[in-house]
Amino acid sequence: MKYSLVILGAPYSTQSATTALSFTKALLKSDHQIYRVFFYHDAVHCGSSLSHPPQDELNIPAEWQALKQTHDIDLVICIAAAVKRGILDNNEASRHEKNGANLNSSFELSGLGQLVDATEHSDRVITFGP
Amino acid sequence: MDPNTKALNMTSNSTKARKKVLLICTQSPYGGSLSREAIDYCLAAAAFEQDIELLFTGDAVLQMIEGQNPSVINQKNLTKTLSALPIYGINKFYVDASSLLQFGINEKLCLPTTKVDANEISELLTTADIILNF
Repeated sequence: MKYSLVILGAPYSTQSATTALSFTKALLKSDHQIYRVFFYHDAVHCGSSLSHPPQDELNIPAEWQALKQTHDIDLVICIAAAVKRGILDNNEASRHEKNGANLNSSFELSGLGQLVDATEHSDRVITFGP
Repeated sequence: MDPNTKALNMTSNSTKARKKVLLICTQSPYGGSLSREAIDYCLAAAAFEQDIELLFTGDAVLQMIEGQNPSVINQKNLTKTLSALPIYGINKFYVDASSLLQFGINEKLCLPTTKVDANEISELLTTADIILNF
């Protein structure tokens, strides 16, 4: 079955992104496919390359990055939700004249159309709430 | 990157029946920004002519009360955006009758809604192809 995930909760503040990570790993161990993981609302912080959790805590952005590298999962962050929360790729940083970009290169900023597309092309869309 | 740069394979799907998407709104209007971001999703869905319906349950029924004045807390009036949704072709609005009762809401809402009980909500969940829970 083809799955997409929508993640809404901020990493380290909520369990949302961590549960979604576990669910993703479980899917990858089974015969299911992942069409897209879409980060919306406060979950856009999962794409920050600047977060640095203590060593005994899960590094959530790094976990997603590892899944991207091993399984080539499509990790999309809502551009509007990200930019207003200060998650910027190089293009957005220069467009808005900010002095730095911080998007982890495993993620991609794109529009809500990507979530609409995911609902149309997935058998199941699972929301990991705020 | 421009938000629309990544190719969207939406048009090739036009011959086959669109999926029915149920968006469940659960958040209070101004306690967080997810209420507004849920509406933003609706507008994107409308732009792609997605078959979408909304269910307001729990605190989200507060979103639909008329006469809000959120400018005093530096927020934009959510009912203005909500009541514009029919212009974009979104016309199916369901509201959880038990939540209305719980909050004692009897007045007219900002949208024409269908009140649903637990059994009817169950039916909505069963008939939807995709459910988003905001």
